Amino acid sequence: MTKADYESDVLIVGGGLAGLPLALALAQGGLTVTVIDAQDPAKTHDAGFDGRVSAIAFASCRMFERLGVTKHLAGQMQPINDIIVSDGRVREGASPLFLHFDHTEIGNEPLGHLIENRHTRIALGKAIAEQPLVTLIAPNAVKSVAYDAAHATATLADGTMVRAKLCFAADGRPSPTREAAGIRTIGWDYGQTGIVTTVEHERPHEGVAQEYFLPNGPFAILPMVGNRASLVWTEKTAAAKAILALNDEDFADEMRARFGDYLGECRPVGPRWSYPLNLQLAREYIRPRLALIADAAHGVHPIAGQGLNLGLRDVAAAAEVVVDAARLGLDIGSLTVLERYQRWRRFDNVALSLMMDGLNRLFSNDLGPVRLARDLGLGLVNQIGPMRRLFMRHAGGVVGDLPRLLKGEAV
Amino acid sequence: MTSTAKAPAGPSTVDPDDIARFSAIAAEWWDPAGKFRPLHRFNPIRLGFIRERVCMHFGRETKALHPFAGLRLLDIGCGGGLLSEPMRRLGATVLGADAGEKNIATASVHAGEQGLDIDYRCTTAEALAEAGERFDVILNMEVIEHVADRDAFLKACAAMLKPGGLMIVATLNRTMKAFGLAVLGAEYVLGWLPRGTHEWSKFVTPDEMRQGLVAAGLEVREVSGVSYNPISDIWKLSGDTGVNYMAVAVKPAG
Repeated sequence: MTKADYESDVLIVGGGLAGLPLALALAQGGLTVTVIDAQDPAKTHDAGFDGRVSAIAFASCRMFERLGVTKHLAGQMQPINDIIVSDGRVREGASPLFLHFDHTEIGNEPLGHLIENRHTRIALGKAIAEQPLVTLIAPNAVKSVAYDAAHATATLADGTMVRAKLCFAADGRPSPTREAAGIRTIGWDYGQTGIVTTVEHERPHEGVAQEYFLPNGPFAILPMVGNRASLVWTEKTAAAKAILALNDEDFADEMRARFGDYLGECRPVGPRWSYPLNLQLAREYIRPRLALIADAAHGVHPIAGQGLNLGLRDVAAAAEVVVDAARLGLDIGSLTVLERYQRWRRFDNVALSLMMDGLNRLFSNDLGPVRLARDLGLGLVNQIGPMRRLFMRHAGGVVGDLPRLLKGEAV
Repeated sequence: MTSTAKAPAGPSTVDPDDIARFSAIAAEWWDPAGKFRPLHRFNPIRLGFIRERVCMHFGRETKALHPFAGLRLLDIGCGGGLLSEPMRRLGATVLGADAGEKNIATASVHAGEQGLDIDYRCTTAEALAEAGERFDVILNMEVIEHVADRDAFLKACAAMLKPGGLMIVATLNRTMKAFGLAVLGAEYVLGWLPRGTHEWSKFVTPDEMRQGLVAAGLEVREVSGVSYNPISDIWKLSGDTGVNYMAVAVKPAG
C-alpha cells in the first residue's frame, strides 16, 4: 500500500454547508477529519457566489451553537417570529383564508433564523480554522475514490492521496462520488425554476416570513437582517426565463405584482439568481466505507425551506452514529455501523421529500375546486391549535427521533 | 502478526466437537449480513457494557476514544476477533486466544487488513495460565457453555487475572426460555446459527456461575441480563437473566 499524504479517521468530499458542519461534529467527538473542496473558500464567501438565504430551523440553530458556529454569526441571524402561509393570484392579493404560525404559541424561541448562505460559509470557515482535528484541502478536486477492506483513499487532481477509514460524500446534488460508486437515484423534474433575489423595503418586516401559493409555484418572502427580504420566486421554467430576461424596471414591476405593498415601497437590489427545481433521491445512502449526506443523498423542493435542515439532520445523525461506534472500538467504515445511519435518515428524508412534493403539486395550479379545497385546508389547520403547533414544531425541526446535536447536546 | 502457535499439549478443557463446529463457520465471521449477523447486531450492546464496566473499574473516561490504553486484555475464545479488534482500537494490548486454528487464521488475516496489532494464538486458557500469562482484563464471552470442565476453566482464567483485575463472563442460562430462543429459535427456526452450535445441557445458570467464580477466588460484582426483541431486532441490557446474561467478577487486590 502506498503511503498517503493525508491520513485521518474520516474524509469528507465537499466542504459546503453540510460537509463543514459534519467535520466539526466528528472532530467534537475526537475524530480526525480531512475535508476536500473543489472551490476556493475565499470565492464561496463572495456575495456573487451564492445569493441564497437559508432558513436554519430552531433545532439546527442549537446544533450550530454546540459546534461553535453561532458565535461567528453575530449580527447575521434574522429571527423568524411568524410564518404566514396563504393562497393567492398575481395582482389579486392573498385569499382571506390563511395559516398563521406565531412562535409565541410554542415558546419564547423563534421558529428559526434566516441567514445568508455566504455568511454561514464564512462562520463555518472560522469554526473549522479553530478546530485542530480538521484539515481542509481547498481548492483541490477529487479525481477518484478507491475503497478496500480497511480504507477509502481519495486521489486528488494534483496527485495528493488522502486516506481514511470512512468517506462521506457531501458533494451536492450531482455528487460525482455517489455516481462513481454506482449508487442510483430516482426523481423527477418539476418544470419549475426558482428565482432568487434580494428586495429592500420601506417598513420593517418584524421577522415575518410569507409564503404565497401562486398558480405557477410558491412565492416566499424571507426576512433578512435590516429592511431587506430574500425572495424565492418559483415559476414555470419558460416563464422564469422570460422574467429573468426583463430589464430592471419591468422585473421590479413583476416582482411588486406578487410582493404586494404590505411593507411599503419595495425594490429589488443586487443580482438575480436562478435554480432549476427537481426532486432527486438516492436509492441507498451507504456502501462499505462510503456514506452519502445532505444533497448528495436527497435534493428536495424548496417549498418549505427544509433542504438545508434535512442535510443538517443527516449531519447530526451521521456524526452521532460514527462517534458512538468509535467509542465502542467498532470499525467506523463497516456496514454494520453505517446501516444505523441509513435506517435513521432514509425514511425521514423520503417522507419529507414526498410531503414537499405533494405540497408543491397541491398549490402550483389554478384549478377552481383545488383552490377552494386548499384554502379551506389552510383555514382549517389555522383553526385547530394542536395541528398548527405540530406544523410549527415540524418547521422548527424538533419532531421525531432527534440526534443529540439537534437537542443542543454534545455529540 | 499471524500466530502460528500450535494447539498445546497436555490436558485441555475444550470439547473437540465444539471446536470443529465453530471452525467450520469461521470464515464467515466478518460478514455483517452473513451467518454471524446476530452477533454483529449484538456486538454494540456487549461492547458498551464492557466499556462502561472496565472504565468504571479502572477509573477511565468512557467518552475517550482510547480509554483502555495501558491495559493488557485477554479475549478467550476470540473466534474471528469480533471483540479483540474493538478492544485493540480502544487502546488495550490484546491477546486473542482460540482453540480453533481456522478462527485464529481468520482473525489474524482480518486484523492485518485493518492494521491492528493483535497477538492471536491458537491455544487454551489452561495453557496460557500454565505459561504464566497475566492480564488486567479477561473477556470470557459466550465460551463457557462450550467448555468440557467449567470449574477448571474458570480457575485457569482466575489465575491469569492480576490482583485487582476484572473478568467479564457472558453466557446462556439453562432455562426453557433459553432452549426455545437460543437453540430452537436461533438454530432451527431462524437458521442464524448452524444446528448443533449449542448444547442446552451445557448452559449455565447464574447461580452456578456465581459459585464457579467464587470457587475460583473471584468476587462477583454484578450479573446483568441481555434481552432481544425479535420484532425491532434490537438487543438491550435488562434485569432478565433468563436467556443471555453477563457477570462481572474482580480478583481481590493483594
